Amino acid sequence: MKLYEYQAKKLFAQNGISVSEGYVAVDEEGAKNIASGFGGDVMIKAQVLSGGRGKAGGVKLARNSEDAAMIAGEILRLEIGGYKVRNVLVEPAIVIKKEIYLAITNDRERKCPVLIASGAGGIDIEDVAEQEPDKIAREYVKPFMGLCNYQVRNVASEIDLPSRLWPEFVQIAMALYDAYVENDATIVEINPLVVNEEDALIAVDAKVVLDGNALMRQPEMRENIDWGAGQEYEIEAHRLGLSYVALDGQIGCLVNGAGLAMGTMDIIEYFGGEPANFLDIGGGANEEKVAGALRIILRDDRVKTVLINIFGGITRCDEVARGLIAAMNEVDVEIPIVVRLVGTNKDEGLRLLEDSDLILADSLVDAAKKAIELVKALGKDDRYEHSD
Amino acid sequence: MSILIDQSTRVLVQGITGKEGLFHTNRMMEYGTEIVAGVTPGKGGDWVFDKVPVFNTCKAAVLASGANCSVIYVPALYAADAMLEAVTAGIKLVVCITEGVPLQDMMRVREYVDNCGARLIGPNCPGLLTPGECNVGIIPGDIAREGNVGVVSRSGTLTYEVLHTLSESGRGTSTCVGIGGDPISGTSFVDILRLFEEDPGTDQIVMIGEIGGQDEERAAEQIADRLSKPIVAFVAGRTAPAGKTMGHAGAIVEGGSGLADNKIRALREVGVRIANHPEEIPELLK
Repeated sequence: MKLYEYQAKKLFAQNGISVSEGYVAVDEEGAKNIASGFGGDVMIKAQVLSGGRGKAGGVKLARNSEDAAMIAGEILRLEIGGYKVRNVLVEPAIVIKKEIYLAITNDRERKCPVLIASGAGGIDIEDVAEQEPDKIAREYVKPFMGLCNYQVRNVASEIDLPSRLWPEFVQIAMALYDAYVENDATIVEINPLVVNEEDALIAVDAKVVLDGNALMRQPEMRENIDWGAGQEYEIEAHRLGLSYVALDGQIGCLVNGAGLAMGTMDIIEYFGGEPANFLDIGGGANEEKVAGALRIILRDDRVKTVLINIFGGITRCDEVARGLIAAMNEVDVEIPIVVRLVGTNKDEGLRLLEDSDLILADSLVDAAKKAIELVKALGKDDRYEHSD
Repeated sequence: MSILIDQSTRVLVQGITGKEGLFHTNRMMEYGTEIVAGVTPGKGGDWVFDKVPVFNTCKAAVLASGANCSVIYVPALYAADAMLEAVTAGIKLVVCITEGVPLQDMMRVREYVDNCGARLIGPNCPGLLTPGECNVGIIPGDIAREGNVGVVSRSGTLTYEVLHTLSESGRGTSTCVGIGGDPISGTSFVDILRLFEEDPGTDQIVMIGEIGGQDEERAAEQIADRLSKPIVAFVAGRTAPAGKTMGHAGAIVEGGSGLADNKIRALREVGVRIANHPEEIPELLK
């Protein structure tokens, strides 16, 4: 659950962090007006929820307001990482003396928050971590104690920040930690935190990712999330409570449970097939969910068959079978579907499916092999038609 | 023999009067688990299934019942409080089934649980099962039989798949522990492998890992140094793309870390036999 840069900056500013001034435009005219209001050079920055916007041409310098209009127009026509650019942020270009990286995130290994800083700001921190790991300073935070001033001074010292900047740096890091805790963020990041001509520290870019599990207690943040961003199928999967990740194979997968769904993809590949997706239908494979899941899988026309693998534990197999039959009547399915049911009330479930067009499998291996054979039988030429 | 739970385990159910709590309390009791108390704030004095007394607080429940294990079915935003309450009441084994607990809650819970010397299993886990003796959580009891194979897993239904496959092949389980699919949880592979190593009722171990984090790699280090019992592992997610969360909050490859192939390599190097798919596991056991 990521926020846009302009939203993240607003949040940081509310916590007392100096951020670069800027306004959002939705079209060329707007960008032009903002740029002429600032006068001089401006940065035009695509507002998208994916990373890598700089490399994709989503961040550019404009020399004047005419230039700003033209560049904003170009950027607003881009699609970056599957997201259409719908807004640009227009900010005055500032003179940079030094760029710093500053972030707080969860450390999975140590099970606590971590403050991360680097003197090599402005570039991808993962590249820095890989190529020059000693340029990164870290301090681990005790959750019950919170971030302490001395920890911030530790990293300031390690990244060779001049000591005259320390009081301001400490204030920013502490405010950033507050923003992280108060909003249930999983990452708050300033990259770069710039030392400008006046020797002041300013957040020139800002990133906030929120914990989706905590949104229920963060009503303000919930309103900030752009639920309509991304692909239609992703929005639909979210609505139905399904976990879906698109891949590029021909065998669609519909499975209950995340681990089993990954295991199903793996076994398809192990026997020489290619999974088309990851899909965890979650608990209770009822008609609405199965039908919705099938529609999402079938929207990809590379899919030549679907493998349904359900382990009936709490959800009984006969319930699942009824859900499947109802869903098959509801969705227009033109390709063969292989079903493997196992667990509680399996026999009853299989008996219900006997008269259907579904192809039944005895085991996971059997199901994978049957699905792969079906794809092969459809002919090898077929896959190249859609291989874009 | 078994680890963590057996027929002497006295179980407290937090969230016992909720839909999930009631449903699974019934199942656990049918299995023979000794459910000695339940907790739902405001429902103290009630009885569940005419057998289990309900208390307002864990403190009162533990005092009255002598519970030594708690299983949690409360909604995600209240789960952290429930875990802290159970540990403070003196429970040494807390099992949290709830999925979707906020990450920052879990960091605080983990720090406190560690400081108290308690063990937390989960959250976002199916719980534990010692076949024939005790079932704590949501694992369907009838899919596993008694035996000498210890099972530890980050997954839910994939674990059931493995238990089922073991049963079909005539093998049984000493204890099955679902440690859960969250990035920050109470227990890792290393902890459970050590317990299986010490358990005379466990002769060999099945470990079911998945992409994300470094738990399998840490387990491999432990296996090299301290484990003598034979281990078979399956690691799910070889085909998972990087940067995408695969259902479980913790199942994500980030910045080259958490890849299934790295985990498989680390485990194979220390002598763990790797199954290509779940149905291969029985053949690889001794």
